Amino acid sequence: MQSTPDEVLIRRIANGDRVAMQVLYARYHVRVFRFVVRLIRDEATAEDVISEVFLDVWRQAGRFEARSTVSTWLLAIARFKAISALRRRRDEGLDEEAVAAIEDLSNNPATALEKKDKSAMLRKCLAGLSAEHREIIDLVYYHEKSVEEAAEIVGIPQNTVKTRMFYARKRLAELLKSEGIERGWP
Amino acid sequence: MNAINEDPEHQKIEALLPWYAAGTLSRRDANRVEQALASDRELARQYDLVREELVETIHLNERLGAPSARAMERLFAAINAEEARAPRQGRWFNLGSRIFEFLSSLTPRTLARSAIAAAVAVLVQAAVIASVVVKEQGSPSEPRLASAPSEGSYAVVRFVPQTTADDMTNFLRAYKATVVEGPLKGQLYRIRLSETRLPKEEVGKIIRQMQSESNVVGFVAATE
Repeated sequence: MQSTPDEVLIRRIANGDRVAMQVLYARYHVRVFRFVVRLIRDEATAEDVISEVFLDVWRQAGRFEARSTVSTWLLAIARFKAISALRRRRDEGLDEEAVAAIEDLSNNPATALEKKDKSAMLRKCLAGLSAEHREIIDLVYYHEKSVEEAAEIVGIPQNTVKTRMFYARKRLAELLKSEGIERGWP
Repeated sequence: MNAINEDPEHQKIEALLPWYAAGTLSRRDANRVEQALASDRELARQYDLVREELVETIHLNERLGAPSARAMERLFAAINAEEARAPRQGRWFNLGSRIFEFLSSLTPRTLARSAIAAAVAVLVQAAVIASVVVKEQGSPSEPRLASAPSEGSYAVVRFVPQTTADDMTNFLRAYKATVVEGPLKGQLYRIRLSETRLPKEEVGKIIRQMQSESNVVGFVAATE
């Protein structure tokens, strides 16, 4: 069975089709949610953000020009909303790095056990990257975005995407090294 | 720690490894990476590290779970509230748009332009007639359908032959206009600019704005 292309759903949404809106939501809400959670590290706020993202889709569907894929468009909106939410949170005194520190697993009782597990350690270090580095790693590895698409979502040149990915991986290697895992690179 | 390979070509290929692993490179770049991997052991070792990262990034994300139903409830509550405040116009026009797209997909554009224009003219007319019928039947849930009422502010417009259905739909939506009659003589359509009678100056301003969109409309003028 062939599913309705995203672009067709967007056209239907532009004409006020709520069923199309529900289909698009069902198709993408989990991925968008995870992208936002990884950026802002707060599930409750992420839920608010995805409601805002899809409400923007409802409002702006008529302006979608299909220059990019729908998923790229969604992630670009989500990124903008997530950054706005982070700013609000900073204004309220909940600094992102403070939240990151709370989530730092290094004091977790399970750490000793995890150190024996390279995969778990890799996940821990991936989680410990800066927001900028987490974002690019997720876009490339999890959201399967090309260099061009990642550039569009983040709003940076394509060469910067490659450079940022390189430094994200380099930082990951450093974090692993600090945990006693030497990867031999860089 | 191994020494970093300073060869620019090696570094370029190395930078592409994450996208190669994710399967998002162009065929050309993917071929470049494959050839390099076959002959460069250090690069192949790098690729193994990239694959580990990719697998664990997926695991990490998959463990994040999904949003609760609250997010969807909030979304549709907001949509309902917006629709209650300002129902969207021009939804009936979607029929013409969809059929136009369907016809366009079946026929080479250059050959079909005149045939499609004629077909759309008939369909738009049919839609207007149908909408009048629907209105007379008093469907409460649909948006107001056009029947050339005397109140409000109106214009006549002729779309340029190259205009697509999307262009027409977007044009009408941008001006919050709806087609109330047409096609009239000379492929003109009568459109409603506002349900209330606008000041003459305001109508003139809208007409001038419309006239500037010469890629979509060939003729626009105010009418009663």
